[in-house]
Amino acid sequence: MSELAIELKGIDKSFGPVHANKNIDLKVRKGTIHGIIGENGAGKSTLMSILYGFYQADKGDIHIGGTKANIKDPSGAIASGIGMVHQHFMLVENFTVLENVMLGAEDSPILNKGIAKARNELKRLEDEYEMEVDPDALIEELPVGIQQRVEILKALFRGAEILILDEPTGVLTPAEADHLFRILGQLKAQGKTVIFITHKLREIMAITDEVSVMRRGEIVATRETAKTSVEELAELMVGRRVLLRVEKGEAKPEGVKLAVRNLTVKDSRGVTMVDNVSFDVRAGEIVGIAGVAGNGQSELLEAISGMRRAVSGSVELNGEDTDATGHRDPAGLRKRGLAHVPEDRHHMGLVLKFEESENSILGYHDDPKYGRAGLLNVDAIRADAQAKIEQYDIRPPNPRLKTANFSGGNQQKIVLAREMERDPIVLIIGQPTRGVDVGAIEFIHRRIIEMRDAGKAILLVSVELDEIRSLADRILVMFAGRVVGERSPETPEGEIGLLMAGVEQKLEAAE
Amino acid sequence: MSAPFAKLPNWAEYGLIPVINLVVAFLISGLVVLFAGENPFKAAYLMVSGAFGSGEGIGYTLYYATNFIFAGLAVAVAFHAGLFNIGVEGQAYVGGIGVAAAALTFDATLPWYLVFVLAVIGGAIMGALWALIPAWLQAYRGSHIVITTIMFNYISYALMLWMLINVYKPLGSMAPQSRTFGPGGEVPKLDWLLAIFGLDNRNSPFNLTFLLALLAAFLVWVLIWRSRLGYEIRTLGFSAGAARYAGIYEKRITIITMLISGGLAGLLAINSIMGDQHRIQQEFVSGAGFVGIAVALMGRSHPIGIVLASILFGMLYQGGAEIAFDMPNISRDMIVVIQGLVILFAGALEHLFRPWVVEAFARARLRSATGTGGA
Amino acid sequence: MGNVDLYVSIIQGTIRNSVPLILTALAGLYAERSGVVDIGLEGKLLAAAFAGASAAAFTGSATLGLVAAVLCAVAFSAVHGYASISQRGDQIVSGTALNFIAIGGTVIIGQAWFNMAGRTPSLPPEAKFASDWGLPFNQALAGIPVLGDIYSRILSGHYWLTYFAYALIPITWWILYRTRFGLRLRAVGENPGAVDTAGISVVRLRYQAVLLGGVFVGLAGAFLSMAVSSGFTKGMSAGKGYIALAALVFANWKPKNILFTCLLFGFLDALSIAYQGASIPLIGQIPVQVWTALPYVLTVVLLAGFIGKANPPKAAGTPYVKER
Repeated sequence: MSELAIELKGIDKSFGPVHANKNIDLKVRKGTIHGIIGENGAGKSTLMSILYGFYQADKGDIHIGGTKANIKDPSGAIASGIGMVHQHFMLVENFTVLENVMLGAEDSPILNKGIAKARNELKRLEDEYEMEVDPDALIEELPVGIQQRVEILKALFRGAEILILDEPTGVLTPAEADHLFRILGQLKAQGKTVIFITHKLREIMAITDEVSVMRRGEIVATRETAKTSVEELAELMVGRRVLLRVEKGEAKPEGVKLAVRNLTVKDSRGVTMVDNVSFDVRAGEIVGIAGVAGNGQSELLEAISGMRRAVSGSVELNGEDTDATGHRDPAGLRKRGLAHVPEDRHHMGLVLKFEESENSILGYHDDPKYGRAGLLNVDAIRADAQAKIEQYDIRPPNPRLKTANFSGGNQQKIVLAREMERDPIVLIIGQPTRGVDVGAIEFIHRRIIEMRDAGKAILLVSVELDEIRSLADRILVMFAGRVVGERSPETPEGEIGLLMAGVEQKLEAAE
Repeated sequence: MSAPFAKLPNWAEYGLIPVINLVVAFLISGLVVLFAGENPFKAAYLMVSGAFGSGEGIGYTLYYATNFIFAGLAVAVAFHAGLFNIGVEGQAYVGGIGVAAAALTFDATLPWYLVFVLAVIGGAIMGALWALIPAWLQAYRGSHIVITTIMFNYISYALMLWMLINVYKPLGSMAPQSRTFGPGGEVPKLDWLLAIFGLDNRNSPFNLTFLLALLAAFLVWVLIWRSRLGYEIRTLGFSAGAARYAGIYEKRITIITMLISGGLAGLLAINSIMGDQHRIQQEFVSGAGFVGIAVALMGRSHPIGIVLASILFGMLYQGGAEIAFDMPNISRDMIVVIQGLVILFAGALEHLFRPWVVEAFARARLRSATGTGGA
Repeated sequence: MGNVDLYVSIIQGTIRNSVPLILTALAGLYAERSGVVDIGLEGKLLAAAFAGASAAAFTGSATLGLVAAVLCAVAFSAVHGYASISQRGDQIVSGTALNFIAIGGTVIIGQAWFNMAGRTPSLPPEAKFASDWGLPFNQALAGIPVLGDIYSRILSGHYWLTYFAYALIPITWWILYRTRFGLRLRAVGENPGAVDTAGISVVRLRYQAVLLGGVFVGLAGAFLSMAVSSGFTKGMSAGKGYIALAALVFANWKPKNILFTCLLFGFLDALSIAYQGASIPLIGQIPVQVWTALPYVLTVVLLAGFIGKANPPKAAGTPYVKER
């Protein structure tokens, strides 16, 4: 029986009416990798925030290494030997690696005195854990995988014995994720304890020793990883048998409705994000674009929808050119039959401070059925919104309620209802089920299939490979701005994963 | 240990909390009065009676309120697009050029109501023009509109002074002001409106422009909440990303919004120039543009709130003039202090008292829930 | 040699005008680098000038006046800090409010205390800053042509506060880039989350920056009313707080550049005084109002032309809220 690195007893935390953590008991053994799995909103992040001192629990204790700890803020957590690698990195972009690692542990009020010592310590850690980083590189110039290493080194530099990683693989390719797992293995070999938070079942099975499942604020089960299965964990996560695949019939694709030719798009910094991409989407088919976030999918969607100007190439909608390199007109494209469910519903797809009915016309407020002569007909708008609410089972069914008060899944339904009910010719969708609970996911997936069967041409972008394989009729893999391969959904996941990491391409080139 | 929580009803959110903020602003103002050696209660009494105690007082109050309504509307329209237009003062000043142009050109040949229409057009155009450059700079060069509009205020002072001395001043005269307008340049007073309530307007400059201000308030409401342009303005103000997604062009909306804002500011000039002074002279805006900021914040950028807040500040101005007789230490600058405090509490510190109010509500709910005795 | 005298007086004027600008711009630098935008510099400048002149008038001591000016500015900064940091309010609204409170308050209180329509009594020499700090060997070198002139008439003979202000620039550079405080300050203006997770208090850092800025603005205010002038007059800051802000933006938030931008604005101001009413060939007499408006016009021109390269601290203007 190894001793406990962390024990949480009766941790309880509420934010107003939201009871985020309910009487949580958790035992994490020293020198193990302990996974915490749960859906979005299950309370994992809150729990870890309490452990790291961001919040204080309303009730309950934290015990570190057997003694009760009073963690009031991050410095208290750090003093207790806890280090955290956040989902969104907490790095200063225009500082060097060394400056970021030293921040908070500078060793002296005059920087120069502590720098030499910090350099040596950093080198020592890099060697010990086989994580190479150039200490003088600027963070903003480093790839994401390396940035994450800096986050880990930061924690180790402060003497962390317990490392918490919050959804670390969201921004990594499968190859980078493997490298991360090797590093975690090294940490475990050195006696460190790792808490690994994720919503990806496969990762839990791959590297953890034990796993705790969280659902709706509670820990519903803890299992030894070797003795459980993906199916059991999934069921524990949602509380009922989950259909991991949605039922769908054969696709019957017809004419080409969206034609992308040699499209090249640069981002605001001038970096090429979409590199000479060409593909077609036909009516009645779903083309899925798989890839790790940050490989150009966002810029691709923006270019097709008219939000961003392309450097070269063309996009044809229903046979007509959309002037991709010239003046962009998202509203005009909408009128021509393009609907767009954006990746970011909080900052693009919705105006959270608007009433629900006001969001149901976002992008379509020019439509004559919503008003004439420059004025808006509020009654017509609300009636229209009400109809959509009923059809999409949006809750609470109140078109006058501020959109911020709806849950993630219902917010997404508002966006989908708006875009789908336009009867578009082409529907482009980005991350349709991000931050959405399982019940709504099923609904959304079914609606997407229904749109396909109604003859719409659908382009689906998602970082969740399972979602792509479940919905798409054809899969295109994007890596570094290029389409590196086209596969059918039956293709083994490993093969697609290699494409996502750009590996297969190199192999082909070597032959 | 979380505090008890309750979601606030609308009346508390939009009524109670703003009122609390205001009360605190006034309490502190009272302290300043005390610090200056006067009795704040006496000051308050004098203020209210000076403002509402007579027909003439009410007339003055509403006259000042007219300026503040225009200024408040101008600031509010810009707020809705997420822009802080501190330049209303300068835009109103320059709007005077358009108003004076109409009056000086046609005051002998056209009746007042036609000159009035021309003045509206002229004032709005000039005010909008003065807002155009900062707007364009913000939209196309990213220059912070707050700094540029502040600069344009200072530039407008210099410009108007030059105009008054070199363009408007009749030869042989010493004062930097234009000649007096003929009958076409005089907007009639609203004596008859007050008379309906049995009040005597006497010498106050309360004039027809007040009704124009009310009309403008209504039109702004229609614009912001019932028009397509207003929808686009609000979208941009709440979320630049959503605006981009919806095909709403930030540059275009920024400029259009500022033009409207500047235009409203320009209308302010009519009240003083044609409704009261019947000439163009120095200082005819005298801080109303800045009061507009306080009024817009107090009124939560909603026309009804703005009108009410404008009347309140009108009361402060008129009452303040009355106070000056009995309390020479409390000059008009006191209004500036109050203005600042209102902006502070209604603007930057607006959530200061929220936790207490929320707690009070939660406690009350808890008590009533247990009081009625559950099953 | 009348021209040389003119040039010397312009340069002296430049240096003199630049002092309050440098101090105020540095105040803005600390605040904005930490992520707090400060539009209220104008109001603080004015209030500090008033506080300094009043205290000096009451006590007859320049030192006490200086202390009063600094305390006043720090008090205003504390309110702005509270509204912006603790209350997470809109920083521009807060700054604007404080400006109005200062503009009105200085007159009201000045009137109540001195009854001179918003002015403070004229300060006797003991209550002002001494204006002729000679650099060493001042007299001996005066004889050397050109260089001696430069040394004895231009570089020497300023208020001690002038030398202090100029020294503050390299000192600020050193603080920002060579100390722990500076590292953390720059970090909190770029990514407050990084600072928070490193166990450092974001709130405390920002307050430190804002209050430190208050000290500098206080010095600037004292300079206005107790060095260059002999007392406070209504509205004497005349937009210098905003011009300092423009100088800061133009300097791309870097201490070294602040030196040049403030000198530039100081130069323009001195030029306008020297050439007021003079004629320029072809154009004729330049109206007084052109000179009055010139610094503001130039600020707008600068803001229009150089924003492409401007790199404000990423987190400036956004209150810090812990992510949930």
